[in-house]
Amino acid sequence: MDGTKGFDDALTGEQKIRNFNINFGPQHPAAHGVLRLVLELDGEVVERCDPHIGLLHRGTEKLMESRTYLQNLPYFDRLDYVAPMNQEHAWCLAIEKLTGVEVPRRASLIRVLFCEIGRVLNHLLNITTQALDVGALTPPLWGFEEREQLMIFYERACGARLHAAYFRPGGVHQDLPDDLLDDIEEWAHKFMSGFMEDIDGLLTENRIFKQRNADIGIVTEEDILEYGFSGVMVRGSGLAWDLRRAQPYECYDEFDFQIPVGKNGDCYDRYLVRMEEMRQSVSIIKQAIGKLRDCPGDILARGKITPPSRTDMKTSMESLIHHFKLYTEGFHVPEGEVYCAVEAPKGEFGVYLVADGSNKPYRAKIRAPGFLHLQAMDYMSTGHQLADVAAIIGTMDVVFGEIDR
Amino acid sequence: MSQALNELGTYIEGKRPDCVLAWDVTHGELNVDVAPSSIVGLVEFLKVDSTCRFSSLVDITAVDYPGRAKRFDVVYHFLSMYQNHRIRLRVSIREDQMVPSVTDVHPSANWFEREVFDMFGILFSGHPDLRRILTDYGFRGYPLRKDFPTTGYTEVRYDEVEKRVVYEPVSLVQEYRQFDFMSPWEGAEYILPGDEKDGAKETEAK
Repeated sequence: MDGTKGFDDALTGEQKIRNFNINFGPQHPAAHGVLRLVLELDGEVVERCDPHIGLLHRGTEKLMESRTYLQNLPYFDRLDYVAPMNQEHAWCLAIEKLTGVEVPRRASLIRVLFCEIGRVLNHLLNITTQALDVGALTPPLWGFEEREQLMIFYERACGARLHAAYFRPGGVHQDLPDDLLDDIEEWAHKFMSGFMEDIDGLLTENRIFKQRNADIGIVTEEDILEYGFSGVMVRGSGLAWDLRRAQPYECYDEFDFQIPVGKNGDCYDRYLVRMEEMRQSVSIIKQAIGKLRDCPGDILARGKITPPSRTDMKTSMESLIHHFKLYTEGFHVPEGEVYCAVEAPKGEFGVYLVADGSNKPYRAKIRAPGFLHLQAMDYMSTGHQLADVAAIIGTMDVVFGEIDR
Repeated sequence: MSQALNELGTYIEGKRPDCVLAWDVTHGELNVDVAPSSIVGLVEFLKVDSTCRFSSLVDITAVDYPGRAKRFDVVYHFLSMYQNHRIRLRVSIREDQMVPSVTDVHPSANWFEREVFDMFGILFSGHPDLRRILTDYGFRGYPLRKDFPTTGYTEVRYDEVEKRVVYEPVSLVQEYRQFDFMSPWEGAEYILPGDEKDGAKETEAK
């Protein structure tokens, strides 16, 4: 980028054209966080795109090695902070797989309920900010109102709007308050008849939104395999791949839901897939509420990895010791290695856990879907215009908490 | 599930006996130990073979075992969306050894290998662009190695005098708290402070 080298048009009078390098981000409203792209432009057309990541790197995996399994759980909320509970889920599943703990049915249903709320939270943010990136201001204003309501449901279940730490190895932390299920159900009806209709009318056939998204960032089946895509990036291109259906975890196999797929694999199809996934999630939420009403019971598998009930602690010395040891030393996980993946809203979120039999993980690797999606940024944006870069970043649904870890 | 994985393990071992050192199915997951030199060939075989079709690379990472002669395990995870199964490949290497890059077979391995290089200092031969990825520009050391302290070596702050961000050696106001909750009754593998005198007294008395 030395402007003087070989640049002698002042002498010859002939304009010499060279490519232009620009820095996109790290502080750019369309960069969805701290993404820095080094773009090489030929006029308006992107020739090369080099993402620089790691600006939000907090060393989660290193920190996890010196903390107990339970202390590590809240780190997962801070990965993809848009849908926190889905990440916790993967961690809990990995521990439960190694320790062989069975989760009680009520806890399992609560997990499904809140995972789907997380999916709606994520897609709400993604769709509306996608609209913002291509020039519409109203959708985010409406979407954030709905998100706020959902986060209040989070708060009523666990006490925190975002960093929930609600899913625990062996179940969930607390039972739901009595009227929460009724309120979620009421919200679900209102959401489907109100917000979804509104946003559908505002965006789906919107001329500008279509112009900016249709035929942009086309992903083929071959690209999916080459770049290891997952989640909506796969389904937008017509492959009905969903871990909830293909490799069912928790109790997803007893729920009735459809897997929406796109046809063209462009940004617009992925928008449509996300819209339909929200409708399916609301349907799962309704089913889960129905099942939860018929299923009272305990929400933690009582045993070594979960705390004893408060009444036990008041009467039994053993329980009191158990409680003390659990929250100081923590539980021990038998030696072994597992990989557990969940269908997070952004794609396959996995945890590779190596346990050495002590109370701390020997190594925990977090596999974030956004990491692979962003890797394909160069491939996807090359040949597109600069303005489309914002649309492509939006459709890839990147959140830097999980990419940088 | 594990029945099918057992069959798959036998199949892979039968087809590529030179690559597979050992395999097992634990926790319902198929693990295959591979020699470093044959990793690219095996990954390619797994990708194209119609029974395997491990067409998606899920993850590449490493695990550090400082006590072993072959210090690192490089771990590959693959997924087949067509056959709906997963596999894990493990490659054990010494600290000074290089691993052949699989970027030619799976372009998605690019960033994963950069991350492993960044975090563990493992070099991948044939990688097109082996730069650091997650750590700071100009960072030194390999953070996820077990001998790297959790606090790191340097800290940054904005200097009002110099009007720029400066790097300084870490100075902790309080010692880094690393509690040991293991019960001494469960046979701790160390001597508690003060206990070493106890043994010395006994020998003196004799």
